[in-house]
Amino acid sequence: MAKKPVTFTLNGSDRAAFAEEGLNLLEFLRRGIGDLSPKYGCGQGACGACTVIIDGETHLACLTMADAVHGRKVETASGLANGKVHPLQEAFMEYFAAQCGYCTPGMLMSAKVLLDRNPSPTRADVIEAISGNLCRCTGYEPIIDAILATANMRARA
Amino acid sequence: MAMHRGRGFASINYPIGMNLGGDPSQALVHSNPDGKFTVALSSIDLGQGMKSVTRQIAAETLGIPVADVYVDTADSDTGPHCMGSFASRGTHRVGNAVIQAAQEARAVMLEAAAEELEVDASDLVTDGRGNIHVKGAPSRSITTMAACQAAQFKQGRTVSGRGIFLIPLSEVDPDTGEMTPVSCFAHAAMLVEVEVDDETGEVSVLDMQSAYELGRALNPKLVEQQLIGGAWMGMSHVLWETTEPYYPDRSHGPVDFNHYLMPGPGDLAPHHISVLERPAPDGPFGGKGPGEMCANPVLPAVANAVYDAVGVRIDDLPITPEKVLRGIRANGGARPKMRLPRAR
Repeated sequence: MAKKPVTFTLNGSDRAAFAEEGLNLLEFLRRGIGDLSPKYGCGQGACGACTVIIDGETHLACLTMADAVHGRKVETASGLANGKVHPLQEAFMEYFAAQCGYCTPGMLMSAKVLLDRNPSPTRADVIEAISGNLCRCTGYEPIIDAILATANMRARA
Repeated sequence: MAMHRGRGFASINYPIGMNLGGDPSQALVHSNPDGKFTVALSSIDLGQGMKSVTRQIAAETLGIPVADVYVDTADSDTGPHCMGSFASRGTHRVGNAVIQAAQEARAVMLEAAAEELEVDASDLVTDGRGNIHVKGAPSRSITTMAACQAAQFKQGRTVSGRGIFLIPLSEVDPDTGEMTPVSCFAHAAMLVEVEVDDETGEVSVLDMQSAYELGRALNPKLVEQQLIGGAWMGMSHVLWETTEPYYPDRSHGPVDFNHYLMPGPGDLAPHHISVLERPAPDGPFGGKGPGEMCANPVLPAVANAVYDAVGVRIDDLPITPEKVLRGIRANGGARPKMRLPRAR
């Protein structure tokens, strides 16, 4: 199969790698680049575990072609901590918003885009933002609380 | 057509662990060359906090900081035997095994320290911050790291311990039928409020109030986390989960897990939890385990609340809109059992 060079920005760093034609972004990031933070859940765009940010919007990496990110900015959960943990990560720990942790990277991505766009979301906004991310451990409540707490903390800062 | 509110109550006694041929778990504890300790288990952490709780238990028993304990549950092929992470048994069974193993390792650590300090081991205490000192004389001390290193490089001792906790098989007495299947029970009570739409048959859980008696909560935040997540699972069992939601015609049925219904973040109900701590005599530091029981009372409580709201008694789960509507029709209309005050 033909391979295409893909150059893009991953969490602020320039990256270049070859992607086989038809390869999806999730496999490309995990195997080609070695960023294991986007998770493989369903592979059908139903669970949200592979959620990444492309040019400021959430995308499901399993349904995105690898070469679609050529020349674009990609963010994953592994880039959230910059010297110290991101306020969202801090809040997820504080509120015990993870049990098995498999949904957490995707949740963090959806939450980050929400807060970047809407610094003071309502509870309904948070529910809407994470409605594409399935969690089977926490009952969602601690995740919603953690995201709202991050927004409140930022508003006070 | 109207919305009907109802309240339902359920209470449960829940056995910790099981007794099918005996219920054992083992733990092995040893110090490493850096003076930190590894706890080897085969008890898997599914996200419920097995590693955190056994780490706390080991640190408390050894008398060292939590940060100095590493719990290795990676491989059930090579680790010591454990029956498994199920039956709400982890904290109770594995925790007791960890205490026994850590006590044995602690005794060797104190022997090693005693030899270095030239005192009797029975005069030594740990401060929980990484030091061992003579009782009443904090200045005569040695770090746990130095003691463990002396044991390994000078004295030729292994600072290690073995632990097993076994609830032996309880056979049924053939004459009386008597047996002791369970040594330890946890308890819970739950009150839920639901709203039932008598036009669509849909049931919404509006509020959950629960009280759990779980022995001592060894890690209160983990307990709360399990109770919240587990109640959501209970809601899921009682109102959503089935592989055959589209009866009677199978051809419209689900083909994979994407069609397996479970509540999403928009279907939550506020859950108010009280945790009552009555330390269990045979539990590690009095702990029992929230485990499975965090999902259980939701099911009967919701079924009772639906009966209270519209007078339909549903005894097979999940309580789908179709079953509710069929029940209402069979009764010739919704028959609320009690009137609740309107919107509070």
